[in-house]
Amino acid sequence: MTDRSDGPQATRGDGKSAARGASPEPQPTTPPAKGAQGPTPRMALWFLLPALILLGAMVIYPIIFSIFRSFFDSAGDTFVGADNYTAIFTDASMLTTIRNNLIWVVIAPILVTTIGLIFAVLTERIKWATAFKLIVFMPMAVSLMASGVIFRLVYEQDPDKGVANAVITSVGDVFDSSQGYPGARPRENDAAPALENGAVVTRQPIQAGQPALLPLVGLKPDLLPADAVTAKAVTGPGVGGTVWLDFAPGGGGAVGKIDDNEKGMPGVTVEAVQQGAVKGTTTTAADGSFTFAGLPAGDYVMRLPQSNFTASFGGVSWLGPTLITPAIIGAFIWVWAGFAMVLIAAGLAAIPRDALEAARIDGATEWQVFRKITVPLLSPVLVVVFVTMIINTLKVFDLVFVIAPGSVQPQANVIALEMWRVSFGGGGNQGLGSALSIFLLVLVLPFMIINIRRFRREQQ
Amino acid sequence: MRKAKALAVVAGLSIVTAACGGADPAEPAPAANGASSAPAAKTLEGVTLEVAAKWTGEEQTNFEAVLKAFQDKTGAKVTYASTGEDTGAYLGPRIQGGNPPDIAILPQPGLVQQYAEQKALKPLASEVQAEIDKNYTPYWKELGSADGQVYGVLVKAAHKSLIWYRAPAFEEAGVQPPTDWATLLTAAQTVADSGTPPFSFCGASGWTLTDLFENVYLSTAGPENYDKLSKHEIPWTDASVTTALEKMAEITGKKEFVLGGSSTALQTEFPACVTKVYGEKKAAMIIEADFVAASASESGAKVGEDAKFFPFPKAGETEPVVLGGDIAVALKESKGAMALLQYLASAEGGAVWAKLPGYLSPNRNVPATTYPSPVTQQLAQTIIDAGESVRYDMSDLAPSAFGGTDGKGEWKYLQDFLRDPSDIKGIQEKLESEATKAWKK
Repeated sequence: MTDRSDGPQATRGDGKSAARGASPEPQPTTPPAKGAQGPTPRMALWFLLPALILLGAMVIYPIIFSIFRSFFDSAGDTFVGADNYTAIFTDASMLTTIRNNLIWVVIAPILVTTIGLIFAVLTERIKWATAFKLIVFMPMAVSLMASGVIFRLVYEQDPDKGVANAVITSVGDVFDSSQGYPGARPRENDAAPALENGAVVTRQPIQAGQPALLPLVGLKPDLLPADAVTAKAVTGPGVGGTVWLDFAPGGGGAVGKIDDNEKGMPGVTVEAVQQGAVKGTTTTAADGSFTFAGLPAGDYVMRLPQSNFTASFGGVSWLGPTLITPAIIGAFIWVWAGFAMVLIAAGLAAIPRDALEAARIDGATEWQVFRKITVPLLSPVLVVVFVTMIINTLKVFDLVFVIAPGSVQPQANVIALEMWRVSFGGGGNQGLGSALSIFLLVLVLPFMIINIRRFRREQQ
Repeated sequence: MRKAKALAVVAGLSIVTAACGGADPAEPAPAANGASSAPAAKTLEGVTLEVAAKWTGEEQTNFEAVLKAFQDKTGAKVTYASTGEDTGAYLGPRIQGGNPPDIAILPQPGLVQQYAEQKALKPLASEVQAEIDKNYTPYWKELGSADGQVYGVLVKAAHKSLIWYRAPAFEEAGVQPPTDWATLLTAAQTVADSGTPPFSFCGASGWTLTDLFENVYLSTAGPENYDKLSKHEIPWTDASVTTALEKMAEITGKKEFVLGGSSTALQTEFPACVTKVYGEKKAAMIIEADFVAASASESGAKVGEDAKFFPFPKAGETEPVVLGGDIAVALKESKGAMALLQYLASAEGGAVWAKLPGYLSPNRNVPATTYPSPVTQQLAQTIIDAGESVRYDMSDLAPSAFGGTDGKGEWKYLQDFLRDPSDIKGIQEKLESEATKAWKK
């Protein structure tokens, strides 16, 4: 905006010195008088010509051509009327796209402005304000593409790679760490124990003197604790049995039988269940064997409760279909909060100190000062930041493109990205793409006008 | 043509050769100079050609070696231009501007149709067609054709019917490379029982899922149905598609078969899923093409020792061999261009290329023994053996809005299928409605 108003000013100034410092409104079309007052209209036109040609070729013509193109089909030779526009509002995936843009516009600018404001107010009070601001502003220096790549890694599901999940899981592990053997399960055959609600249960009731066999698989042998030894069958009068890893390394072991090279699973909780009620609980030894002491004679079902197999909390699926848009908005805030902070801090520095002092002397609390004095005085700057952010969120493209994995692109889609994808990313339907770009233009336009009006008013 | 000949005369002045004589072999005129080593007449002395392809790095070096062999043989001067990843975006403006390269190598058959419609392609000369008839199955000829006119030669193939496995993981579980669908399932189950998830899927890269589907479909439905579905002559709601998806669900739908479960698989992009098998050693198998070898060796695995493959087992009647590949077309009418295409289509040109690493020829007269490593020899042999039932990657034959765009068409709905394989009918209906839109019929 400022560039454009600078242009004519400069040329006018060079042309005749008298016009220097005049109002910034372009005047050449209404010359008061010929001569020393300014250039002739023809002369002015010459000076304006380079700018007009550039603007015409690079802004006006593309817009007009896009409008024209949006009424044609993908090949560009059949007039289809408003079909492309109706397609935007009838296609289900397009509606998701528009919904996503709405979420963006409602949430992102407010968060960015608020966080920027908080940072700006707080940094006013600290000693190393410049250093802090520099750090918060740093993400602005990174290209959006690179920020996207960074956050793609941050949000990685695997806690060994993704920082976000690494933090969450390590906090989670403090309270509830994984125990036992996550992933271990019975084989899929009729002789193997059954899986009921995550617990492993013998299919037949067991009586005393009749050892229960609970073979499990699906666990790497090297994940067994170091004290695990070769599995052993239980011989004896009581109710007992063996829980062991029924997989001989290299294969070849007999299914459902304890082989010489198969190890027991120590530390597994075993319950003896009779008619749905737990009658006894015990734990397996290093060779996987267990016995229940003092259990009355009768039929018991052996149950290994689910707690033996619960995996530790694997973290949040940031890049899954439900959280993808909030996750990308998080990255957006990281990039833009610094920008908002710098602008707001500049506004803050310009607030007259005496107003704040007066309020404090009158006994206002810091919160009241902030609410009633600082924010109202800052409001012009806040509106500029807010509107700029709205325009930025409407145009958001690269972050979504890079962060969302291919499989959730439809759930993360935004208008700008859809426009590119429809026109160039395979579909080649530049008619629909043009319609989308015009739709986007219509959405951005009101905010552009608000911004321009503000600039005008401020200049007057 | 005239100009080329005139140039040839000028060039021939110093060394008195019969360049302008062209086809006349009776006049090789052994020059007094050192140039006499040429075995035959250099028929294209002084002709310059430009070839555009997307290859860079080693692939470019290897292709330039083939071009060099052609230059040495004919005397023509060939320059190489790299189009970058998006060949269409490079060629489009050059065609519109009236200054296309003499020969372009297109990564998708769809582009052949597109440029043929724009009348940008030159039909192949009869000698080139004869060469194609001699060396290629009719299916490849048809792929390079539009409206009954032959325009292109398939010069480089990618073998997409492979399952790569990590040999130590198979040893640990005590399984052998499976030979049919049933043994694949038991092998996968055994590997899962040993504590290693059998498959690492690259769900975030939709094309890997279409490749898997194509193999299962070609195998269960047969080549005829495959052709029909490729052209959308049968709907995606067809029973044959249901069968293929059900088969596919036998491996993608089982929780312990998929590394990290479907949600992790759907966030994993192509080379990352290879790293998970060969670098992090978390899974045992990966279903993708020959080019997995490059990523596997980057992850530190030795191809042929740790990283091995077996042909995609047949899930139905047909042994599936699905290929991807690049098609060379002429964009300018010139004798040199046709001569180069003929050379590329010949067993001779194919053999020069085949001696270099990273290349597979769809040419059935390039013997498997030509290839430098046992791995590629084995790959080439499967292509030759498959003969008539070899098929081209179906998603690359489809309009790209359906078969090649993130978040759309086949990619999207196969990803949805990986996420939740229960609603096969619903997936088929959505595929059909997208296909109808893309084919406009």
